[in-house]
Amino acid sequence: MFDFLHPYASPRYFYDLAGKLIPWLAGLTALLLAVGLYQSLLVAPPDYQQGESVRIMFIHVPAAWMSMFVYMVLAGAGAVGLIWNLKLAEMTATAAAPIGASFTFLALVTGSLWGKPMWGAWWVWDARLTSELILLFLYLGFIALQASIDDPKRAARAGAVLALVGVVNIPVIHFSVQWWNTLHQPASISAINKIGAPAIHPSMLVALLVMALAFTLFFVTVLLMRLRAEILYRERYTSWVGERIQP
Amino acid sequence: MSLSQFFAMGGYALYVWTAYGATALVLVLNVLAARRRDKAVRRELQNLDRLNLSESE
Repeated sequence: MFDFLHPYASPRYFYDLAGKLIPWLAGLTALLLAVGLYQSLLVAPPDYQQGESVRIMFIHVPAAWMSMFVYMVLAGAGAVGLIWNLKLAEMTATAAAPIGASFTFLALVTGSLWGKPMWGAWWVWDARLTSELILLFLYLGFIALQASIDDPKRAARAGAVLALVGVVNIPVIHFSVQWWNTLHQPASISAINKIGAPAIHPSMLVALLVMALAFTLFFVTVLLMRLRAEILYRERYTSWVGERIQP
Repeated sequence: MSLSQFFAMGGYALYVWTAYGATALVLVLNVLAARRRDKAVRRELQNLDRLNLSESE
């Protein structure tokens, strides 16, 4: 049924395709980042309660979204690798991990920098912050586990199992602000005000969505860059790699 | 709005600019790390290639 997809999943074909896509994706990412920064820092109004500090939201929320999105990509790719034994999927999981870890780290740091002026504390052990910290440890655990196993096939399998067990943490992060009373403010996007409109100002929403899109494209770009290196390494004994590593 | 007002961020300059600075740093490091990995792999494989060639001679 999926026969038409097979050429795209061949590491060799994908390596060349990614090489062609990366410059375009990088350009688009830069453009969206520029628009997003302009919207976040200059167009969006200060918050009526939080003042200018609310501008941290435009990087904090996309970083936090990405930390969970990348984890689902990692776990999904790991599952596909386990089930269909697809090498490209295994490599995708490995390539996604450091990027996801960096977004998780960024979500924690920007959250801390927002929490200090708004809550009076850099850190509180509430459900949202704690589950996000656990997400960082899941990423680091995945990276350390794969680094400790020499055989790439076994490393991929072990990593995928760890990643799939860790998926249970994702809904905990997402719903933590509803399940438990916490200092962390609830979601801005899905919140609806008394007249049934989104509770967030449209200019804030635009800035947030543009930044989220920019972060997503950034992830895809860096993922493809990492995947290409991963493909070269795992396919190093093939003749087509030999042709492409000539200086 | 003046430039100094913009940079003052209503008194939250330290927090806002540190957050944006951290973001810039994380994005740049991601790109650099990906590039470094690519270069390291290429160098390793080129050495491997040379080794194989000299053995077959």
